[in-house]
Amino acid sequence: MSDAGHSATHKDYTGAKLGMWLFLFTEVILFGGLFVLYAVYLDRYPSEFGSAAQELNLWLGTANTVILLTGSLLVAVSVSAIRRGSRGLAQWMLWGAVFTGAFFLFNKYLEWSKEIGHGIYPNSPVLLRKEHGEVIFFGLYYITLGLHGLHVLVGSVLLAVMAIWVRTGRINREDFVTLENSGLYWHLVDLVWIFIFPLYYLLL
Amino acid sequence: MTEQAHAPIPYRIFVVVWVLLLTLTATTVAVSRIHLGPLNIWAALGIASLKSALVIFFFMHLKYERLFFKLFLLIALVTLATFIGLTFFDVLYR
Repeated sequence: MSDAGHSATHKDYTGAKLGMWLFLFTEVILFGGLFVLYAVYLDRYPSEFGSAAQELNLWLGTANTVILLTGSLLVAVSVSAIRRGSRGLAQWMLWGAVFTGAFFLFNKYLEWSKEIGHGIYPNSPVLLRKEHGEVIFFGLYYITLGLHGLHVLVGSVLLAVMAIWVRTGRINREDFVTLENSGLYWHLVDLVWIFIFPLYYLLL
Repeated sequence: MTEQAHAPIPYRIFVVVWVLLLTLTATTVAVSRIHLGPLNIWAALGIASLKSALVIFFFMHLKYERLFFKLFLLIALVTLATFIGLTFFDVLYR
């Protein structure tokens, strides 16, 4: 793919970005469905949801919130950096963001191994002995946070690819919409967690 | 690239937004430890919405995009609100 002078293929910067935003809206509806379920069952089982939430690790949840927010900062900076021609800074920021994704998933592994170790997982005998509302809470917990974790993994891989493309020059100060779009995906992952965190970890 | 994008956003704006986000995170944790009954969930959602606005408008550049993009976001949010709202219209009266 030659970048000498004029690009051979026509690129539509606005179209590319709009396409990504439209995809993100479908993701909002996807997670939105899980949040609708949460809302209905929270209304139906407020105290069971509250007591189930005590099982979760508030410190790891808060740490993960800070981690993802920092990842978003790094990604945002990387876009401004490439637009200024700071290829080195852009790569550092992107690899930093990849690291935040890995750190998040590691924390998730710590949390889930402890919870599963306590016998709390979908359809477990321990879980089924709890109140019905608690069973629902944990069902939603594993599905929603699992789907979100998958998105963190995908986002991290995407950002790593972007970092490599910055190095090879495939992403540069003239043509950076792919990086912007990957950044948008990452920020969406952050947005979903911004809602997951208080709804699952901060209930009393 | 024939179209002109908005000028690259200064790094310090992102850092300021990040500090605000961390502050709001600390706030939401602190407020959640106080028993406010039903007010707790609304406070949490309110702060989360504020954090989202910061991420969407600054990190995702929506503040600097043309009106068209902002309109699309509004449509998406109204759609989601409708889903949730109409669901409760049903569920609350069973």
